[in-house]
Amino acid sequence: MAHATGDLAATDIEAYLAQHERKGLLRFITCGSVDDGKSTLIGRLLYDSKLVFEDHLAALEADSRRVGTQGGELDFALLVDGLAAEREQGITIDVAYRFFSTERRKFIVADTPGHEQYTRNMVTGASTADLAVILIDARKGVLTQTRRHSYLVSLLGIRHVVLAVNKLDLVGFDQSVFDAIVADYTSFAEQIGLDGVVPIPLSALLGDNITARSPETPWYTGPSLVEHLETVVVDDERSEGPFRLPVQWVNRPDLDFRGFAGPVVGGRVRPGDRVRVVPSGHDTDVARIVTADGDLDEAVAGQSVTLVLADEIDISRGDVIAAADDPPAVADQFECHLVWMATEELLPGRPYLLKIGTRTATATVARPKYAVNVNTLEHTAARTLGLNEIGVCNISLDRPVPFDPYEVNRDTGGFILIDKLTNATVGAGMLHFALRRADNVHWQAVDVDRDARARLSGHRPALLWFTGLSGSGKSTVANLVERELHALGHRTYLLDGDNVRHGLNRDLGFTEADRVENIRRVAEVARLMVDASLIVLASFISPFRAERQMARELLGEGEFVEIFVDSGLEAAEARDRKGLYAKARRGELVNFTGIDSPYEPPEAPELHLDSSGTVPPEELAATVVQHLRSAGVIP
Amino acid sequence: MGTLTHLQRLEAESIHIMREAVSESERPVMLYSVGKDSSVMLRLALKAFHPSLPPFPLLHVDTTWKFQAMYEFRDAIPGLTGMELIVHRNPECIERGINPFDHGSAVHTDMWKTEGLKQALDAHGFDLAFGGGRRDEEQSRAKERVFSIRSSQHRWDPKAQRPELWKLYNARTHLGESVRVFPLSNWTELDVWQYIHAEDIPIVPLYLAAPRPVVERDGVWIMVDDDRMPVDPAEVEERQVRFRTLGCYPLTGAVESTATTLTGIIQEMLLATSSERQGRVIDHDASGSMERKKQEGYF
Repeated sequence: MAHATGDLAATDIEAYLAQHERKGLLRFITCGSVDDGKSTLIGRLLYDSKLVFEDHLAALEADSRRVGTQGGELDFALLVDGLAAEREQGITIDVAYRFFSTERRKFIVADTPGHEQYTRNMVTGASTADLAVILIDARKGVLTQTRRHSYLVSLLGIRHVVLAVNKLDLVGFDQSVFDAIVADYTSFAEQIGLDGVVPIPLSALLGDNITARSPETPWYTGPSLVEHLETVVVDDERSEGPFRLPVQWVNRPDLDFRGFAGPVVGGRVRPGDRVRVVPSGHDTDVARIVTADGDLDEAVAGQSVTLVLADEIDISRGDVIAAADDPPAVADQFECHLVWMATEELLPGRPYLLKIGTRTATATVARPKYAVNVNTLEHTAARTLGLNEIGVCNISLDRPVPFDPYEVNRDTGGFILIDKLTNATVGAGMLHFALRRADNVHWQAVDVDRDARARLSGHRPALLWFTGLSGSGKSTVANLVERELHALGHRTYLLDGDNVRHGLNRDLGFTEADRVENIRRVAEVARLMVDASLIVLASFISPFRAERQMARELLGEGEFVEIFVDSGLEAAEARDRKGLYAKARRGELVNFTGIDSPYEPPEAPELHLDSSGTVPPEELAATVVQHLRSAGVIP
Repeated sequence: MGTLTHLQRLEAESIHIMREAVSESERPVMLYSVGKDSSVMLRLALKAFHPSLPPFPLLHVDTTWKFQAMYEFRDAIPGLTGMELIVHRNPECIERGINPFDHGSAVHTDMWKTEGLKQALDAHGFDLAFGGGRRDEEQSRAKERVFSIRSSQHRWDPKAQRPELWKLYNARTHLGESVRVFPLSNWTELDVWQYIHAEDIPIVPLYLAAPRPVVERDGVWIMVDDDRMPVDPAEVEERQVRFRTLGCYPLTGAVESTATTLTGIIQEMLLATSSERQGRVIDHDASGSMERKKQEGYF
């Protein structure tokens, strides 16, 4: 038999289908390690709901004999371990999704590993779960990893928790063992804000209290695991709270129809409801709720619909249509919890892409206020976040976005960070509140503007960004250019590594994170000077493309001139005026660009100068000045 | 209204996935294999963009060895939906006459389907392709992402897949990379059948039992769909059979069945004892074979 069908499927298929087409859906996550019997539990749920086919079962029997840990008995864990390589190693290293269904509900189980590299996977699996099953080995009680899993469950805002005390057969189904574990866990759960935990005594291996109450635990009067999963009420929560619909796609088949397609991620909506479009702030009424199956009288959280509004308002992807009397806040600076998911650590100050709802913005993350030790829940000082680390940080965006606190709405408060160069998803975060600073710092409108100052100086402002290896000749060329511009009567200022590092940036070292911050500050200072109408010459190794791009984006069109001073490593090292390469080669200097730290050459610089020695620096400087003339910076 | 049913929630999720994919790509396409999963995916696409037509064409990577009934069904689709249908056949396969009888199922599938798919995606410059894959189909699929990034060589790197949280999908690619998107990731075979039933979605008649000419090959019933199959006329029998999955007819096993209605086949499936893919010859080589195929670019 393939599914938990009872007899109805055999006797009256129409009645069976009518019943099953009304089933609900529950998504849950299981937390625990292989040692707790987690894979065994999931395998058991699949097996008991008759979802294991004979050919799968035959493969399972063969696998159990070959690599099983149950002495040739059926090893349910093998049913759920996915990729071949992992199966051989006996660990799962990613999130796998499993499906089973009963008479009353369909279930989607996020199965994540419990070993050390778990955080990224568990956070991913928990983000879509309504409920978490936290497994405990009855012989071991509440362990460090139990606390870790529970903290992540609470962080991700899962409100329904089952404490599955497993392997009770190995302690003789002893009620006192169960009670002690429950008491221990409950006091801990309260500390981290998890309430309403439902404890269930289990033996996943033998099937006790899985689908039905076990005769081995007469002292237990609660539901079996499956009974609880079938009946726990979760759907209504989504429909509580104010209406939210992030616009995914503007539907415009012809001039007569203009609809806004998106998922309802909060509350409910009816035709006639007053709604506000954020961030623009326009109010209007809902005219129609359009679906392919006809217009709806009401749409609730969880549905994907298309709204037609009463007034013509400019709305595009990324906007949120929300209840007019309770709209989301709009802000560009936030405090958030950030979970780091990439091997390359977080670089505070570097611009990342942030996706929230259907909106993508550029974001920079400040140095973390603290990191959270997920084992002890202690707060520790942190300069950055590495893979699987969690911290609390301020984050600022290049434009305001609509949001709700994550605690209020996961879909309007959760975000991912994307690396601009690799396109990898490197972090996930939960917004808590907007920083007051965003509301209070207003741009001062000024009468004397950039154009007025430029007219007075007789040249356009610009930032000449000289990048290249140490010893490539950047500063030499920059000096010559400045001298020439000065002689022509233009107002200039030269920023270089040495004058900045002795003052403004003397608190920074040479780690990757500090290098990013160094360049961020330089770029901001240069922007102010450009605003003051100077021609700024910045001479910095600036090895990373992302930071040079950040500097470019701070300035107006045509104001940023990237000059790649390219000597090649050999020529630069041969010069070595400051003896730095020699030190780096001896290992006395670490993180030295070109030796043990990478240099990412510009892909499309405005100027690419060959400074290997074949052309004298004076000629290179003349090339730069000529470029400024032809670009119209100087007359 | 009350709480949503599992089919309503699955439908809403698939629609959300399709709208995200279309919004975050330049040139999307939907792979259309003529099977039941494609039928469901197509219906969801028509719903997602209603009253507009889905803003992408359908692509059928043909092998010339599908069942005749599949070609008839496929050719009616543009007229029924108004959508464009692109059919691609690997010209090298045509030239060399690649077929499952002389070249074996592995070479046949690799050349027609895997290579054919890559050719079609490259030729049209599609940067995103919807596929009907489901996580419940096979063990290695359980960990597949909804948005799966492929290199410019169409390879799948299980170590470089992006975490997917909440409803947030990262579809950003570098030039030459592409994304495979699986809107049915969270559907099971039963969900697909229930949806077809609830929505009255047309499917290829081969899914329903009928008297058909078959021969036995390696313990599997194979339908003699045209005269290209080398058979001794004496070994052909007529049996009441149907197909649980549809592919190239020489590689698709039939099951004996009396189920001539949709509810009949759902009933048979509910009471079945072997999994859906068992009728497919390609999976049988070794445990983990699908995973290898996927790394090589098979959908």
